[in-house]
Amino acid sequence: MSVSQLRFTYPGEHHAALDGIDLEVTAGERVALLGPNGSGKTTFVMHLNGLLELQDGAITIGDLAMSEDNLREIRRRVGAVFQDADDQLFMPTVRDDVAFGPANLGVAADELDRLVVETLERVGAGALIDRSPHHLSGGEKRRVAIATVLSMSPHLLVLDEPTSGLDPAGRRELIDLLVGLPQTQMVVTHDLPFALQICPRSVIISGGRVVADGPTRELLADAALLAQHRLELPFGFDPTRV
Amino acid sequence: MTSVLAMHAPDGFLEPAVALVTGVLSVVVIVFGLRVAGRQLGDRQIPLAGIAAAFIFAAQMFNFPVAAGTTGHLLGGALAAILLGPWVGMVVVSVVVVVQALLFADGGLTALGYNVLNMAVVTAFGGWAVFRLARRFLPRNSTGVVGASALAAGVSVVLSAAAFSIEWLFGASAPVPFDTVFGAMVGVHVLIGIGEAVLTGLVVGAVMASRPNLVAGAADLDAEQRAQRGKVGMKPFVIGGVLASIVFATVVSQFAVDNPDGLEKVAIDQGFIESGTDHALDSFIFADYATSGVGNETLSLAIAGLFGTVVTLAVGFGLLSASRSGRRAAAI
Amino acid sequence: MSGAHAHGSAVDSLFVEAESAVHGLAPDAKLVALVGFVVAAALTPRTSVWAFGVYAVAIWLVVFVSHVPVRVVLRRLAVIVPFVIFAVLIPFIGGGEQTQVLGVSLSVDGLWAMWNILAKASIGATASIVLSATTRVPDVLTGLTRLRVPRVLVAIIAFMMRYLDLLVRQLGRMRTSMTARCHDPRWLWQVKPIASSAGALFVRSYERGERVHQAMLARGYTGTMPTLDRRPATAVDWSRAASLPLVAVVTLIVAVVL
Repeated sequence: MSVSQLRFTYPGEHHAALDGIDLEVTAGERVALLGPNGSGKTTFVMHLNGLLELQDGAITIGDLAMSEDNLREIRRRVGAVFQDADDQLFMPTVRDDVAFGPANLGVAADELDRLVVETLERVGAGALIDRSPHHLSGGEKRRVAIATVLSMSPHLLVLDEPTSGLDPAGRRELIDLLVGLPQTQMVVTHDLPFALQICPRSVIISGGRVVADGPTRELLADAALLAQHRLELPFGFDPTRV
Repeated sequence: MTSVLAMHAPDGFLEPAVALVTGVLSVVVIVFGLRVAGRQLGDRQIPLAGIAAAFIFAAQMFNFPVAAGTTGHLLGGALAAILLGPWVGMVVVSVVVVVQALLFADGGLTALGYNVLNMAVVTAFGGWAVFRLARRFLPRNSTGVVGASALAAGVSVVLSAAAFSIEWLFGASAPVPFDTVFGAMVGVHVLIGIGEAVLTGLVVGAVMASRPNLVAGAADLDAEQRAQRGKVGMKPFVIGGVLASIVFATVVSQFAVDNPDGLEKVAIDQGFIESGTDHALDSFIFADYATSGVGNETLSLAIAGLFGTVVTLAVGFGLLSASRSGRRAAAI
Repeated sequence: MSGAHAHGSAVDSLFVEAESAVHGLAPDAKLVALVGFVVAAALTPRTSVWAFGVYAVAIWLVVFVSHVPVRVVLRRLAVIVPFVIFAVLIPFIGGGEQTQVLGVSLSVDGLWAMWNILAKASIGATASIVLSATTRVPDVLTGLTRLRVPRVLVAIIAFMMRYLDLLVRQLGRMRTSMTARCHDPRWLWQVKPIASSAGALFVRSYERGERVHQAMLARGYTGTMPTLDRRPATAVDWSRAASLPLVAVVTLIVAVVL
């Protein structure tokens, strides 16, 4: 995935939300996107699957350059998991939700069944298949939400604050799951230990620009850098000792 | 006590003929409405209408205080129309009514025809019509929108009650004359309308304050006009509304009380009047039950005609206005 | 008003978990049976009291077979209470020929009308309760789709049912937080905070609707919901045959009566 000189201003706003983002991610990498609130992380992420219209700049996913015509394929390649799982689990049952994506892509009925079961097993939510989404716990919802995009065989997984609202056990399960997935991953997060645990590389976005890009451990050990961009390590957490 | 007696009417409340006719009407309006909503909302139709329906359903469930511990419920038809536009609003409330009957046993399945008509079609379009009318006379700003919303909501409830009474005229299943039903229904719902008016106005006001572009009825205001939010005193408004409604309700209810049934019987017995006299309401289309025992026939027929016309005109005007603004929106 | 007063789980409280022949029936068959039964009952002339006895026996037989507890059905029947009250008043206010009962003058036609409403309302409501207690919401939706109800309409209903509990809970939380701040309104003019939170909830819900729409787009949504009904209708046609006799018998009785 490669992004160059991405700029974006929300309609009606005066200052740019994204002010020239340059980023390259190789296949299989796991990259954390860090930064203060309002820095443009979510705006950036919403460009990756074409939910926001490309105003200025270029985005390439694999060998496909983002444009109006190949939005469908882009959306297949980029699986986005939003912050609020309730926004993504909108079908009557988990089965239907996981099937929604591939069904839209034209996957046939029996293949669809197999795919849904397999995907749910992969995220460890096989037992939830016939449940209604509003019955699920936070952790279960998160896992099913991941399954809903995983079933589309994406190349790139984008997750926005995946650990928010999870209890410690749920968080651990999520970490295990993500580490076990082969897809390239971009994780927007405030949870710095989480970033350190699963993402070897981190990018700090602030004021609509990339202000730091390097090994997570190094970035987190740079206290001045963190302070400059309103990032803080949890009490007692020492990245060099982990 | 629930505020919507005879609104979610059960099976058997009105005669099958009326159930059938109103049923067909409702189906036609809903099917058409789905198409219009699809045109207006595009592929956002399903999630937006679905969640809006959930909102209306949830809002209907909650009781708000009326007086000294008694509570009432929101009907929401006018609110839905003003926030979402009349067509989408009508579809949304219809969905709520249908599911309430199908799964919650709230309203009979065979009564869906007139329940949908009264609670969704008449309230949404009638409310929209009153809203548009009121906005012509009220200031072109947020306060005006709020005031118009309140008025529209209050009247929509009364129109709904009137519609039910007129359906009763055609399909009564019990020997309660039209004027009694009309007087009671409209009288009570004038009072209920106050609660609906206050709540709707306040909710619209709240939405205007945070995301005014979500109020379809205020789409014509620019940012400056939206900002003009006058402070409306609640207490005097409510008290004034109550007094006005009591006066109106009393007048209307007197209509129901006027029932010289006994006198007429005596007159017939004494041979003063032919019992087979051609009565004004003896048309075959009117239900016998609704027309017998009616006090002043000419007056009853006049009232029925008047309100029937008003309801039809309101709905018609609402439909017309909705289509025009819909076409304008589609043309953008 | 709505009989679903269970805060936070209006939809959950509908289905009653049990193993029964009724639970296992194809949803489209159940819907057809329900509608047919209720229509037949509604068309039956009120003077055929025995017919309603048959209907009552029939539907309560279904209740028995479905293993839904009787008290659950009776509790949900409470939704027709306002109309029961109205119906009971009719003989007192009704016109026409009068009769004397315990010294009170009651309208004969009024008594028949009262019976008519009570019988049809209770039978219709019971049938509806049996349906919702034995059929999960996703299955009801599948049933509606199979019965050719416009897919957009079914989808809207699906979304409504999906988010209803969430919204009810959110509204409940707003009320709780108001009560926690000692706001206990008893009069209409104190209703402003409630209305403000309702308005806020509408905005939040609408915005959620927009986010859901985006999530749908992100998963390839093009404007038409994909067909997801994989459960074969043919395999349960025999069930359909089993439940239709209910309707057929009922209609036959009606025909005989008429």
